[in-house]
Amino acid sequence: MKKVLGIILALIMVLSTMAACSGGSGDTTTNEAGSETSGVPLQANPVIRCSTTTSVNDSGLLPYLEPMFEAATGYDLQVTSNGTGAAIALGESGDADLLLVHAKASEEEFVEKGFGIERKPFMYNFFVIVGPADDPAGIKGSATAAEALAKIAQAKEPFISRGDDSGTHKKELALWKDAGLSPNGEEDAWYIAAGKGMGDCLTMGSEKSAYVITDKGTYLSMKDNLDLEIVLGESDDMKNTYSLIACNPEKNEGLNSEGADAFIEWMLKEETLELIAQYGKEQYGEALFLIGQ
Amino acid sequence: MDAFKEAFGLIISFDKELYGIIALTLKMSLSSVLISCLIGIPAGVAIGSRNFKGKGLLMKILHTLMGLPPVVAGLIVFLLLSRSGPLGSLKLLFTVRAMVIAQVLLISPIVTGLTASLVAVKTPTILETAAGLRLSRPTKLKLILSENKAPLISVVLTGFGRAISEVGAISLVGGNIQHRTRAMTTAIVLETGKGNFKFAIALGFILIIIAFVINSIASVFRGEGYDYA
Repeated sequence: MKKVLGIILALIMVLSTMAACSGGSGDTTTNEAGSETSGVPLQANPVIRCSTTTSVNDSGLLPYLEPMFEAATGYDLQVTSNGTGAAIALGESGDADLLLVHAKASEEEFVEKGFGIERKPFMYNFFVIVGPADDPAGIKGSATAAEALAKIAQAKEPFISRGDDSGTHKKELALWKDAGLSPNGEEDAWYIAAGKGMGDCLTMGSEKSAYVITDKGTYLSMKDNLDLEIVLGESDDMKNTYSLIACNPEKNEGLNSEGADAFIEWMLKEETLELIAQYGKEQYGEALFLIGQ
Repeated sequence: MDAFKEAFGLIISFDKELYGIIALTLKMSLSSVLISCLIGIPAGVAIGSRNFKGKGLLMKILHTLMGLPPVVAGLIVFLLLSRSGPLGSLKLLFTVRAMVIAQVLLISPIVTGLTASLVAVKTPTILETAAGLRLSRPTKLKLILSENKAPLISVVLTGFGRAISEVGAISLVGGNIQHRTRAMTTAIVLETGKGNFKFAIALGFILIIIAFVINSIASVFRGEGYDYA
């Protein structure tokens, strides 16, 4: 009996080492693909710290662009992703060289306070409202998202709110304000404040046949497992613009300003914008980001 | 330090949402523990007080279930109660009942396993005595329970500790919905993520106080209140 146990244990150890090794070697090939190519310039201060929001990171856009940028310039881009508020706070505390975020009002405040040099909006997509295919609140064809939300409130159909102070939650609250309503989960049984991430809220929406406001990218990546369809897409008040902001070296010491400028310059090149415009077409049948502001 | 002050302020000002979360957590944990004990203590006595074929295997399975990761329990209940699952028509997902079901799945093996182990120690002597005195079956059961009173209270407390501190399962099947399925642990996770530390600290502090009070009450029941004096 003891022998058998010993063999099982040994097997588990061998297997886990193999798994660890194969994972490791996979990483190194992608990492070194850039730096080992001949003709890559050497940078004196190669590390660039980019602070972004979870939705940008979850879309897979930066992991897709990063190796190309690093191969072309010799920089080492390090991306951290947090909720919108925390992402911007990293720029204020000097823990990021640049931001890639999507919250216009907070971005303008960041630049006004002198923490950012200039806000460069460069791409956008749309928040959408997803819901049950039969659209029980009849919001299809609404002119604006605010109008659609008002219809949901009137029909008292279930609606899932992120309820977590994220960028998407702030957008939702702004839309309720536009609609002249302020539902809350204590009095309104149809209003469900989940306090969870985008993916969890979509799953809950699917289970409860409820409406959810989501970024299109997350929805498209989960669509196959959801019983939800886009009932309102691309209305004007659902536009979501992304900007790049280099942090001001006069506010914080030790920032890699050359690196930040180099990344922004590379991101705004024709060829890079073309890559962004193509991103997601193969996997989801449509682009996740559009160029412009 | 400011966060601690503000946390204390929330507690003494009887913040409505804070106390709503506490009430929901207590209701959920106590229901889970009560149901788990109703299942687990009789089952544990039945398994622990006699020998039968396959007992070894049964105990191994029980011990495995005692270490069941909460998220796995949550996942199982989620799939059962999901709209496309076998019990989907009951519409229990994202309700407090679903949270209690997941917790019973987690806690009843713990109560059963612990009861079985501790009953096994004293039962042979008790049964011998009982046989000598020709006691009836219910009297024997009563005797087994009362002889094991102190350790059984510890078993119930272990179950309660698991119920009140658990986050993975109830987050999955409850959904952490404000005013409806938000318990203390899931609220702490959410508020910490939002950077709202005062609310998280207040909840954490109360969680510890509740554990202390329950333990104090239990030690009186066990009759050991003065043992350490």
